[in-house]
Parts: sequence; C-alpha cells; structure tokens
Amino acid sequence: MSGPSLMDSLFQRTLEDLIKGLRQQLIGEQAFISKALEEIRKEIKSTDLSTKSTALLKLCYLSNLHFHDMSFAAFHALEVLSSPRFPHKKIAYHAISLSFHDSTPVLLLITNHLRKDLTSTNEFEVSLSLQCLSRIANVDLARDLTPEVFTLLSSNKLYVRKRAVAVVLRVFEKYPDSVRVCFKRLVENLENYDPQILSAVVGVFSELACKDPRSYLPLAPEFYKILVDSKSNWISIKVLKIFAKLAPLEPRLANRVVEPICDLMRKTGAKSLLFECVRTVVTSFSEYESAVRLAVEKIREFLVDEDPNLKYLGLHALSIVASKHLWVVSENKEVVIKSLSDPDPNIKIESLRLVMAMVSEHNVAEISKVLVNYALKSDPLFCNEILGSILSTCSRNVYEIIVDFDWYVSLLGEMSRIPHCQMGEEIENQFIDIGLRVKDVRPELVRVARDLLIDPALLGNSFLHRVLSAAAWVSGEYVEFSRNPLEFMEALLQPRTSLLPPSIMAIYIQSAFKVLVFCLHTCFVRGGSTAGVPASASYESFDDLSVENGADSTVAHGQTCTSAPITNESIVNLLKLVELALSPLLGSHDVEVQERARNLLGFVDLIKLEALNSSGQEENDSERKGVEATKIIRLVHDAFSKELGPVSLTAQGKVPVPDGLTLNENLGDLETICGDIELPSSNTFSFGYPSEEKDVSSFSNLQIKEDSGQSNESTSLLAEHRKRHGLYYLPSGKSEVISNDYPPANDPALQGDNNDNASDLVKLTAESLVPKRKPNHSKPRPVVVKLDEVDEKPVAVKQLESRDDSLSGAVRDILFGSEDILPTSSRSNLPNSNRKGKKKQHMITQVESKENVVDDGNSSSRRRKDHSHGKERRHRKKNAEERNETDRKEKESSSNHPRRHKSRQRAEEPLKVPPQTSVIPDFLL
Amino acid sequence: MIHFVLLISRQGKVRLTKWYSPYSQKERTKVIRELSGLILTRGPKLCNFVEWRGLRVVYKRYASLYFCMCIDEDDNELEILEIIHHYVEVLDRYFGSVCELDLIYNFHKAYFILDELLIAGELQEPSKRTVARLVAAQDSLVETAKEQTSSITNIIAQAAK
Repeated sequence: MSGPSLMDSLFQRTLEDLIKGLRQQLIGEQAFISKALEEIRKEIKSTDLSTKSTALLKLCYLSNLHFHDMSFAAFHALEVLSSPRFPHKKIAYHAISLSFHDSTPVLLLITNHLRKDLTSTNEFEVSLSLQCLSRIANVDLARDLTPEVFTLLSSNKLYVRKRAVAVVLRVFEKYPDSVRVCFKRLVENLENYDPQILSAVVGVFSELACKDPRSYLPLAPEFYKILVDSKSNWISIKVLKIFAKLAPLEPRLANRVVEPICDLMRKTGAKSLLFECVRTVVTSFSEYESAVRLAVEKIREFLVDEDPNLKYLGLHALSIVASKHLWVVSENKEVVIKSLSDPDPNIKIESLRLVMAMVSEHNVAEISKVLVNYALKSDPLFCNEILGSILSTCSRNVYEIIVDFDWYVSLLGEMSRIPHCQMGEEIENQFIDIGLRVKDVRPELVRVARDLLIDPALLGNSFLHRVLSAAAWVSGEYVEFSRNPLEFMEALLQPRTSLLPPSIMAIYIQSAFKVLVFCLHTCFVRGGSTAGVPASASYESFDDLSVENGADSTVAHGQTCTSAPITNESIVNLLKLVELALSPLLGSHDVEVQERARNLLGFVDLIKLEALNSSGQEENDSERKGVEATKIIRLVHDAFSKELGPVSLTAQGKVPVPDGLTLNENLGDLETICGDIELPSSNTFSFGYPSEEKDVSSFSNLQIKEDSGQSNESTSLLAEHRKRHGLYYLPSGKSEVISNDYPPANDPALQGDNNDNASDLVKLTAESLVPKRKPNHSKPRPVVVKLDEVDEKPVAVKQLESRDDSLSGAVRDILFGSEDILPTSSRSNLPNSNRKGKKKQHMITQVESKENVVDDGNSSSRRRKDHSHGKERRHRKKNAEERNETDRKEKESSSNHPRRHKSRQRAEEPLKVPPQTSVIPDFLL
Repeated sequence: MIHFVLLISRQGKVRLTKWYSPYSQKERTKVIRELSGLILTRGPKLCNFVEWRGLRVVYKRYASLYFCMCIDEDDNELEILEIIHHYVEVLDRYFGSVCELDLIYNFHKAYFILDELLIAGELQEPSKRTVARLVAAQDSLVETAKEQTSSITNIIAQAAK
C-alpha cells in the first residue's frame, strides 16, 4: 500500500506540469485532458493528503477553465478539507466553493468542518471558511452556523470581522430567522470607525435595501451620518444607493439628504461618485428642482466628454430623467442626435431611446424622417433597432400620436423598402390594423400597397414577404379605392410570385379573386345598374362582347368605371391571364394554394363559359345565361363587399351559449360513435384529380352557382380571419428559393441624397424638434376605430407584494421591536442584557409611534411627554405589550397606507419641530 | 453585487472564472460563450459596458486579457471599472509586472488574490498594500507547511508507515 503511494507522491504531475503539457499539446488537447483526468481519478483516491490535494487542484483547473465535471470529487474534497495543514485546506475550500451547489449530496457533511474552522484561531482559516460559506450556504448550513457567524461579527480581528459582515448577507437570505440573532450586531458595526468594516456593513445594507427598502427606514440617521462623514468614495457610493431607495418612501428624509448629496456632487473629483450622485438625484430626488439642475449640469459634462464610458452613462442618466423632466432631453438634443452616428452600438441604442422619448404628435413626422435616413445608412442591426422603435412608438396606444395617417402609411411603405428591413411582421400587422381601423386612409393605403405589389424586385427579399402579404390583402379588400384594378391583377399574378412561400401565395390568389370579382362587377353589373335595368344592362354588356366592343357602350363604361376603364376586352385578357398564371398551381403541393387556385379557376371557367362562349349561341339562350352569370357575379361580389371591422379580443366570450348546449359534457362516447369511421389524416389530403374540373363544368348551372357562392364566401371569410389574426392553420413550408435577377429594391448606392452627414441632420432636427405652436395640419385627424375593452392593454392586476416575506419580516420585527415573536430556536438566550435594553428602547418608540396612529387625537402631546418621563414609559411598555396584538394589526394596515398615515402625522406636528420620519423614532434623527 | 468575474484572452481562451451567483456548469459554458462573442468583437475605442440579459457587464482590456465583471442594472459601472483596475494593480504588484503567462501558470494564486479583494460579490479590501500583505502572509503559511511535508525525513517516515 505504501509503495504505490510513495511513487504517486514522488512522480505525480503537478499543476504546473499539467498546464505546461496542455500548452505544448503534443497529443491534442482533448486527448491530453482525458488522460490527465484519468490520472486525477486515480490520484484522488490516494491516502496521502498531499497527493490528493494536488489532484484536486488539477481537477479544479480543468473544471474551471475547460469545464469538466468535477462533481465526482465532492467527497474527496471533504477529505482534503479535514487535513490539519493550511495549504490543503485552501485547496479544498477552493474546490468546494467552485463545485458545490444546493443539491450536492455531501453538503450535509461539511457543517462540522466549517464550524471547526470558523472557530479556529488562525484568522486565515476562518476567512477561508467564511468565504466558502458565502458561496455554498443553504438553509441548513445557514441555520446551523448562525451562532458562529454571530460571534465573528464582533471579533476583534478586523480582517475576520469584515468578512463575517459580508457573509451575513448570504446567511440572511438563506435563513431569515438569523436576522433576529445577528441584526443587532450588524447595526452596531455601522458605528464602527474602521473604514473597512464600514464599507462591508454599508455594502450589506445596500443589498438588503434593494429588496425591501421600507424595513430599513429606521436606520436612516446612521446612514445620514455616514454620508456626511465618509471620506471613502466606496462607502459614499453604497450609502447613496441606500438613500436612492429610502428617499422616495419618506419625503422628509429626502429633504434632509438632498443638500449633502448636492454638496458631494459639487466637490467630489471622482467620476464614479459623481455619477452615483447624479443617478441618485435623477431617480429619487426628481422633485428637487435645484438638485436636478445641478445634476443636469454634470450630465452635460459627461455628454461632451471624450471618454465613451462617460458619454454612455450620461445618455443613460438622461434616459432616467426623461420620464419626469423631458426638457432636459430637449436641452441636450444636439448631443443626443449626434450620438446616433456614434461608432459604439451601445451609445447608439441609448440615444435612440432618448430620441424616441422626445417624440410627440407635433414632431413625429420630422423625427421619423431623420431616423429613417439614419436607418438607411446604418448597419442592419441598428437599422432594425430604429425601425422597430419607430413602429412601436407610433402604434402606441392605438396610433395615439399619429394625426396624418396618409403620411404614416406612406412611411410604412418607405420603411419596408429599406434594404435591411426585417420588421416585415410588424409592418404587416400595422398595415392591416390601420386598414381596419381608419376608414379615411384606405385610398392612400391602396396606393401604397399598389406601389409595393407592382415592384417585382421586392418579391426577392424574403423579409418583405409578410409586408407583401398585407399589401395583397389590402388590395383585395379595398380594391374599390383603386384607380386601376387591372394593374393589381397583373401585380398579383406576376410570374415572380412563385418566390413567395405558399401561405402568402394563397393570400395573393385570394386577393386576385376579390379583385377579379370587383372588375367583373363594375364591368357587367354596375355598368348596367347606372342604366337603370340590370337585366338589360347585362344583356347589353354581353351583347357588346358578342359584337366585339360596340364603341358607344365602351364610352358608357368609361364613365361608370374609375379612371382606368375596364372594357370587355380587358376582361377577356384578364381571364386569360388568370388561367395562364394559375393553371400551373393546380399541381401545387401546398393544399392552401391548390385549393384557392382551383376556386378561382373554377369561377373563371364558369364566367367564361357563360359569357364568352355565348357569342356563338342564339340570342335567347345567351340572354338567359348572361343573366345567370350576372347573378353569380353579384352574389360573389356581395360576399366580398361586406366590410370587415376590428374584432374585440373578448368578442368570443360575449356570444351567449345557446340553451341546451352543455360544453363540458363528456365527449368520450363520441369516440365510440365515430370509432368505425376512418378519418383521413390531414396530411394525406390530395386534390390532384384531373377529373374534378370536368365535374364542375358538367354540373347544372344552378347547383354550381350556389355551391361556388357559398364555398367562396366561406373560404374568403376563413382567409380573412387568418390574415387578420396571423393564425395560419397549416404550417407553411419555408422553401425560399430566391433568385435575385432584379436589383435590390433600395440599393444604398442609389441613395446618394441620403448620405448627407450627421451635422446636416442635426440641423434639420434642431428645427424640427422645437415643438410647433400650431400644428399645421390641413385636415383633421381621421377617426380611429377603437374597441373599448380590447385596445387598452390588458391591465395586469398588480398584486400587492406579499409584504411578509420572511427576511424583511424578520428585519422589521427587529427594528420595530415587536418582541413577542421570540426566536424559536435554542439561540433565544443569545441576546445579552445590553442588547435587550437597547432593543427595548427601539421597541418602545416604535410602539408609541404606532399609537400615534391608533389614537390620533392627542398623540403628539403624548409623545413629548414620553420623552421626558421614563417612568411612564415603562408603564406604557407594559400597556403596550397588552396591546401588541391590536398594534401589530394596526401596523400592518398603516404600512399599507403610508401616505395617509404620514400626512395625518405631519398635520399634527407644529412647524418648528425638525423634520422626522414617521417610522424613524425621534432619538435617531 | 457582482455576479461573476471572467478573464478571457483575446483569442477567447478563458483564464479565470469566479461565480458569486449560482450558475450550473452548463450555464457557465453558455454565459462565457455568449459574452466572449459579445465583448471580444467590440472595437477598442468603444465604451466598456455591455447590456446583457437585463444585467450589465463591465469589461476592460489589459494587454491581451479582457477582465469582465457582471453586475446588476443599478450598480455603479465606474466603480466596477475601478475595482477591475484595482485587481490588476494588485496582481501587478504581486507578480511584478504581471503578464498573461503569470496568470496561466498561477491560476490558483490569481483566485486567492481575487478572494482577498471580493467576497460574496462585494468589494472587501480597498487597500492594495493590505491585500499584498495578506496574500504574502498566506503564502508563507503555505510554504512552511510545504517544507514540512516535502522534507526527506517526512517522506521516509511516510513510506515507512
């Protein structure tokens, strides 16, 4: 046994050997590491502690820098820990704090080791175990070691004491009951004059105060003293953090503190402290005009500084202050706008946030223009950052800040043409949303949609497909505003649409359907209805067809239709175009596309058969058929012309459940009923029967008419539902084969005029950012349809934080001194008499201040009496204990309504009484 | 508080990691991968702060090493920069003009020095001289212990057991 052990320890690879070997990489890193791990596994089982600890150290190295699992060595680490030698201990503690976590099985075994080292006379051993405890403490460890930590809190070795203070934070977190034991000593350390101890204590309190500031209000006087006296910047920063949390809770405290903070701001030379002052003022003292002015002055110094760090922090501080004092931002707008073109992306994003904070309905157009120009020039990431923030700001609160929707819609079009634009989905939603909500903007919307649709280059950009789908939808839905519907047909059926994914292709086809119906309707039905007798008009129109464009009727159509006349000839061409474009899609693999193409082609077939072929037949027959074709067209047109409005999210819930329908009934027996019917799975659907077309044409006319009418109506409703909600029932395969024969839509090289430099833009915005007195909007803001319940964002029911979370509850018990809750564990004997006495003092004042709330009639006089009469106090104390139960309730309710409580108390106090906080007892301030 | 400290070389090699908040081994690897991608790509004249997962990472480059510390949103970034600088100065004093190789071969010492500086994610010792003294004291403790173990008589005694 001893032989191999000796060999092991003599020829063991040390950590340095390991690192050297690893760096030489003779056999490759992975191979070397696995070999080393093998060695370590062997060595770590050795009985010799030196060998073991070296192995452990090597393992630490591999785990730490090469991320190899070292959990197998947990027990071995404990073995090394039991060594009496300091270097072994050090390695073991290092390994433990590196690898242990809450679910490490051997965690239970470590308690005694830690206890032993915590009580060791060697301060370094104590320090090591404290360090380890701070990392691995769980509930059990924290509970079991609280007494030791408590003792160390007043250790006369400063080195140990400051570490104990820092560790207390973790112990509190894990085991809140320890607060009852240790808190007093922690507070006593606040009065320590040693800067190291003070720094540690203040650090602990600043962490604690982040979580629940209210509990620490009673300690405000101590913090105040530290703030005024402190010479160390580290400490000042921490104290400022505490006050940033406390001040908003207690206005009188803020009154007291704001002056020292301003002093500090004026005289300090350290940037970190200066920044902390600035941040404290802008977050928590924003009502104090002079302090804010001073802070803003300092922020400006930061902004113009060369150091990018200061600039970033300056912008960050501005964005904090922006919510309350927007003037500060507009005062510094030049710097902010200039920062948009800073080389640092973080600074850019920060300044973008600020620019967006300045947006109002008066300047939204100008700011957006500037930003879009920036977006054109910047890298894709920031470009989309800009576009995203424009979109979200403008659509905020149902387009609250938009007055001129025509402008906004064309801006959307412009944004989607920016080469890097990846915000397709958001733009799509807004297009459709605005179309539904704002009636007046639809003509412009259609114009923008047209521009997008007819540009074949855009089809090559996969990010734009969503936008195009919205444009297609708009073109179909609001085709009546179009000047030239035929153009839409061509755009929707252009060959490059094959680049679109199937789901969007389906939308294109559906829109083409709508546009076609509209064209036919204007041409045949409406053209006649102006003449007065629909039947004769349709007859006339079909007559035209047969005699090949009678000149006079073409003129008549030219008048009834919009600027671009829809002649019969164009209809014929249109039908041909549809057939040409869609017949390849009949074999599409996508069910949606195939079905829609089939629908449309079936409809075309129907019309064509009825209308075009009638020329060869006799007069009577063609008239009869013509009438039927008109009927079909009218029916389908009616189905499409129903206007769609925005639908409330809760609309479904408002539909009453019909009588006799039990939704919750067990559907289990349905399975037995339908069990023998084999349902085809959705994947196996196939519509590729070539015979179907023949079937359709062979049906009797009447049947087809009804069928197609209904099916079209339902499919269109379905499609619209889909588009509106963006919910596609069938997953769309993303087969994006983009052949870019066309030049990109917006070649940066072509955008020469956008490359004007930053200073020009600054000049531009300098004018535009000045809020105009009278917005020169030529037209009033159009009505935006709002649904009351939906458009307000669902307000999250803000739950009151459970104030009785255990840690702050415990702290409050200590500071507010309700002594009826004694520590439940055996350590209740720890508080010595001295502490008890002090505690009592705390408690009494607290109880008394609570009483102020209870009987508000004579509280202020009673308080003053209290301070002079100790006897009465004692008497009162007994009294108070009797009342403790009710008091505590009262306290709870009072802490729930601190405002009322404070204001009431303030009203009672005469003005000459120095400012004091409601929960801060007098003797503290 | 400081959530973790990382030392990453310019090539993306990790030189030191210290975690003050609980992260599992898997998360640690992920964090390091994410952050080195985020930080190493940044140019030299940019600011030293990066927003990351709702936290903030303060980094500073010394020679070929990036010192990174991750802090809460409302912590003081400039203070952390000072702490980083402080740490570097202490290292410099200890190793005598420190270089990356020192940290590679004495990785545990770099840890021990960091442990003197920070505890539980808070700055513990703002005085460089004190840190140097404490580290030296512990080193000598280690040395004396080592001498005892590695003396020949000791080895023989052990072998004879």
